[in-house]
Amino acid sequence: MKKHTLSVLVENKPGVLARISGLFSRRGFNIESLAVGVTEETSISRITIVVSGDDAVLEQVKKQLNKLIDVIHIAELSPYDSVSRELALIKVEVDTTTRSMVMQIVDVFRARIIDVATDSLIVEVTGSKGKIASIQRLLSQFGIKEMVRTGKVALHRMSKTAADTIPEKLQKPEEE
Amino acid sequence: MAEITGAEALIESLENENVEVIFGYPGGSVLPIYDELYDADIRHVLIATAYMDSVPLVAITGQVPRPLIGGDAFQEADITGITLPITKHNYLVKDVHDLPRIIKEAFYIASTGRPGPVLIDIPKDVTTDTLDFTYPQKINLRGYIPPKSADVKHLREAAQLILKSERPVIYAGGGIIISDAAGELLSLAETIMAPVTTTLMGKGAFPDNHPLSIGMPGMHGTKYANYAIQESDIVIAVGVRFDDRVTGKLESFAPNAKIIHIDIDPAEIRKNIRVDVSIVGDAKTALLRLIGLVKESQPRTDPWLDRINKWKQEFPLQYKKDGLKPQYVVESICELYPDAIITTEVGQNQMWAAQYFRCTRPRTFISSGGLGTMGYGFPAAIGAKVGVPDATVIDIAGDGSFQMNSQELATTVQNNVPVVVAILNNGYLGMVRQWQELFFEQRYSATIIEDSVDFVKLAEAYGALGLRVERPEDVKPTLKEAVGSCKPCIIDFIVERTENVSPMVPAGAAINEILDLE
Repeated sequence: MKKHTLSVLVENKPGVLARISGLFSRRGFNIESLAVGVTEETSISRITIVVSGDDAVLEQVKKQLNKLIDVIHIAELSPYDSVSRELALIKVEVDTTTRSMVMQIVDVFRARIIDVATDSLIVEVTGSKGKIASIQRLLSQFGIKEMVRTGKVALHRMSKTAADTIPEKLQKPEEE
Repeated sequence: MAEITGAEALIESLENENVEVIFGYPGGSVLPIYDELYDADIRHVLIATAYMDSVPLVAITGQVPRPLIGGDAFQEADITGITLPITKHNYLVKDVHDLPRIIKEAFYIASTGRPGPVLIDIPKDVTTDTLDFTYPQKINLRGYIPPKSADVKHLREAAQLILKSERPVIYAGGGIIISDAAGELLSLAETIMAPVTTTLMGKGAFPDNHPLSIGMPGMHGTKYANYAIQESDIVIAVGVRFDDRVTGKLESFAPNAKIIHIDIDPAEIRKNIRVDVSIVGDAKTALLRLIGLVKESQPRTDPWLDRINKWKQEFPLQYKKDGLKPQYVVESICELYPDAIITTEVGQNQMWAAQYFRCTRPRTFISSGGLGTMGYGFPAAIGAKVGVPDATVIDIAGDGSFQMNSQELATTVQNNVPVVVAILNNGYLGMVRQWQELFFEQRYSATIIEDSVDFVKLAEAYGALGLRVERPEDVKPTLKEAVGSCKPCIIDFIVERTENVSPMVPAGAAINEILDLE
């Protein structure tokens, strides 16, 4: 099924994520990944959601999200006009002989070692889903003790700000 | 200016929104609010139903004090969490200074765009905190911009389709009533000479006695409405959502027709069905503009209307007139009180009311559509009577559904709200029994509720009037007695027990596969 990346600007308020995840579950939409963080404008958070589904599903996802009062703006990001990254931390089992082999792989992938213990290393890698899958496959031969990864985050290439995407008259809450 | 409490600010804010009546129920956490209210009317509120049927409603609930939230305090319920999927929006007020703004926003959200319920949960200590009260003049909701005008380009496309059409059908729903567009609907229908079918929620949007009316579509609609939709070359859908009870099997719905869909909620467009031209906007504005674009045309629908009239004659709504029939009770109510406000419970009573009560005005038929909420009709009748005290208000009820909220008899008596409840008593959960008869080999599991209660004595126990009717000739005199009494009244009509709602489209079938039931 086709995957779509949605960049959703929302009010930075408690409970907003619950509104969004609840909407996905009750309407039967599939979330592939989800990442949330505040934007440069502190009253706004950006949620990057990867959803799978055909065009009809995508249309409904966008329209239903738009109906939520706390959702300010939705953009679909295509791979051509946006950049995206995922991040993974991978704890790899090592001994004196395998440590250097792991470090070589880390170099090739432009990843970094961010923690060293006697019998393990933690590797930080950013990139596409495919790149993370590749390094994971290569490192698995040494034994992966634990791993964590974020959802995809993505940004439009054009030089606009979060606030730019909101209709001008609505940009900032009026001061009382 | 002197500081006032949150509870006082709440009442002041409601007065700013021109609230006249509040329905509610007191409890520990809302005591400070009730202390301010002292003498309001009382009603139970049905929120999910309001969401499904786009009813503007502001619900205010009392929460435990802020420091206790999350600690499973006595009578604590996460009501904003619980109502998340069944409200248009909701709020938990954490600071008394936010209260006026939240109330202003809540009324705005509930009543604009596609209306819906908004819930405000107020912790007890917020109602006793104080603030310098000013009611805001402006609203700033950057994530909420209800659609306003309809797209002109799409309206032109729609007009082109209409002008080419020889077999149009207008399929009108609750959106017409919400947008006060009944006049525009009538004008469009008469301009293009198209038959009009109205959904359960749209009943009253078009006069049932108009020659162009073809009644209700769908599962228990008229045969001629369903045949007309299936044979049409264009369906003009206004303020409807293509509910499965209307469309039957989606793939075979209106197979030869182009579909024009006008709705204020963009998410309704193409949610269930393919659409050829979509117009997002307010029904009244859209219809007005559409009429402007087609009014010079010469309708070519005479042969089509002839065909429909033949269907009307050949396949009328009908029932065998032996014994006391529920359909006859509804017809009698309609004959005696054509201008009454009718509310319904849910099930067979509701379908007979929709089939046999002929509405002529909007907002005179109040029913729970999308969710089919049993117990809806009686409190809805109380609300209608309080809102329109001069109207005759009759709840067409079933013996099962009525018992979901029969305790509201206390409300009608205590507040002297003279509504009439016409119970079509067949001793069954009749609609479910009908399905068991047709699809489950007459195994009547858990649907027999015969002799569960004596409704006459129940009415009398609350101080209301209770009457019973067992013969057709007593129907009209008893209705007159009930309405004339000006008291809350129950009439227990002991009807033919196994009467079915007919015709019927079996679930999952195409709507022209509509059967007559004995």
